[in-house]
Amino acid sequence: MIEHRPGLNFFCHALLITAIVVILFPVWFTFVASTHTAERMREVPLPLWPGGELWQNVVAVLRHGVAGASTAPVGRMMVNSLIMALSIAIGKIIISIISAYAIVYFRFRLRMLFFWMIFITLMLPVEVRIFPTYKVVSELHMVDSYQGLVLPLIASATATFLFRQFFLTIPDSLMEAAWMDGAGPMRFFWDVVLPLSRTNIAALFVILFIYGWNQYLWPLLITTQESMYTVVIGIKRMIPGGDASVDWNLVMTTAMLAMLPPALVVILMQKWFVKGLIEQEK
Amino acid sequence: MAAVSIRDVYKSFGEVKVIQGISMEIADGEFVVMVGPSGCGKSTLLRMVAGLESITSGDIAIDGKVVNNLEPKDRDIAMVFQNYALYPHMTVHDNMAYGLKIRGLSKAEIDTRVNRAAEILELSKFLKRRPRELSGGQRQRVAMGRAIVRDPKVFLFDEPLSNLDAKLRVQMREELQALHQRLATTTLYVTHDQVEAMTLAHRMLVMSTGGKTEQIGAPLEVYDKPATTFVAGFIGSPPMNLIAGRLEPDGAALAAEGGVRIALPQAYPKLGGRSMLLGVRPEHLEICAEGQALLVPQVDFVELLGADSLVYGHIGKDKASPRVAARLHASVKPQNGHLWLRFVAENVHFFDPDTGRRIEA
Repeated sequence: MIEHRPGLNFFCHALLITAIVVILFPVWFTFVASTHTAERMREVPLPLWPGGELWQNVVAVLRHGVAGASTAPVGRMMVNSLIMALSIAIGKIIISIISAYAIVYFRFRLRMLFFWMIFITLMLPVEVRIFPTYKVVSELHMVDSYQGLVLPLIASATATFLFRQFFLTIPDSLMEAAWMDGAGPMRFFWDVVLPLSRTNIAALFVILFIYGWNQYLWPLLITTQESMYTVVIGIKRMIPGGDASVDWNLVMTTAMLAMLPPALVVILMQKWFVKGLIEQEK
Repeated sequence: MAAVSIRDVYKSFGEVKVIQGISMEIADGEFVVMVGPSGCGKSTLLRMVAGLESITSGDIAIDGKVVNNLEPKDRDIAMVFQNYALYPHMTVHDNMAYGLKIRGLSKAEIDTRVNRAAEILELSKFLKRRPRELSGGQRQRVAMGRAIVRDPKVFLFDEPLSNLDAKLRVQMREELQALHQRLATTTLYVTHDQVEAMTLAHRMLVMSTGGKTEQIGAPLEVYDKPATTFVAGFIGSPPMNLIAGRLEPDGAALAAEGGVRIALPQAYPKLGGRSMLLGVRPEHLEICAEGQALLVPQVDFVELLGADSLVYGHIGKDKASPRVAARLHASVKPQNGHLWLRFVAENVHFFDPDTGRRIEA
């Protein structure tokens, strides 16, 4: 905006503040709910300011889960989620950076066919291929295991594509210079390509970690034991159907905990994330 | 240090012939410049010497050993790329040291070599910096440093100065010359810039589109006796004037196209009656009195360069008649749109109009 009219300024700010309030209110309410006792949460009107029970609630869900609901302690579920999200993020980055390297730097037969096959899988989200995937995973006896949680989600066409596009911007002469310097393909990958991809890797890690952490449908299908639940499905299981009373304070505490790691990843890696999205080191 | 032989080398990409039978013997310590217009295959030829392109047929030998099937790293050569190709994430020191590290040299040895190269190139202050914190000229020097530390048998330069501004280019040209005098390493240098070719080369290889050799020779030889009309047009700025016509039977004048008669400074009886291209360089035309004039062009336009001016004109009545360019002193003014110009016999060139080859008078 080049204009500096007070009316416009006021309008823009009013709009922004309204939007922030609309977005933040549920988060605020979740936080408030996690700081009260279950009894207080059943009274009307519901509290709008935090109470003093946060620590007790956190300890309760981490150690014991929610009484009455069929879930493991939230601590256990957080660990499961962390293992799944980290494995998916790191695995996806490793696999896709290697495949992109092969596609960009090696001239092998049917290279473009492989590239397009990878690219086409972009159009198939988990939901579309969920039944065949479930069949395969269950026949490999990977139900209720970390492999079962992670492996079907570990290949990423998007990341492969992004790395390919990035590699294409690295000048060919850099590869030739390394070749003249005596670096083989592995050495060039390790010494030149990987360091140059740092910011891209960081940005992708943030995106993929959140993707992995927020997985809902697949863990729901593939885990049957409480000990293998991830925190995202854990929250759902904490809310029993029918007339049973719900410990909203504990559910909300769990929701707060579930939000924490992705938020932390974004905050800690923000600098790298933005760098990776907007600038290429030249 | 080593001699390089290029023997009857061909290169095609599919159907497209890029290099067609180039042969050249490059002596130990010689500075050879390959020059030609864009797309003439000069860079491809250099990359074939480097081992970055395969050779379709023919041999390339370094130090007497055929290297056709050797990996670049085993050829004992170093190359400077047009865009420098520095590793952006490494410091200047690491950029120069990388190749040595891969070769497994000791850290002390690497540091000695890098420091020595940095001293020669005045880069000692910048060893800790990254390429993006350097100016174009400094990056260029780092690229040269990366070549020097390897102490190779042959240096290859692929248009190394074309990304620099004009002033820096002159300076780097001098530095390159000084460097070559100091190291005396055999050097192959590719450029499309004839000034670089003239100033740097011991010998130059002039190539034309399609990867053909036009002439191999020392810069002055190429300038004084261009072997073909292509060379005559490529070396020298503005290009040599070429006037088509037929020598009169006594060889004393050229009956040029457009019905113009051009008297020659001396008679060439042996060439009498042949159809020819008469060549005279713009800088070899000089102003003279009306009675001595051999060429009397009608001036079309004048470019003032400061000390000199370039005068473009045509001889004869109509626009289809021969065109002439002359480099004259800036003070020269055309009279009624005319100039009286002469030239001397040493500066006359003849070319065969069909083959484009030089005809010795």
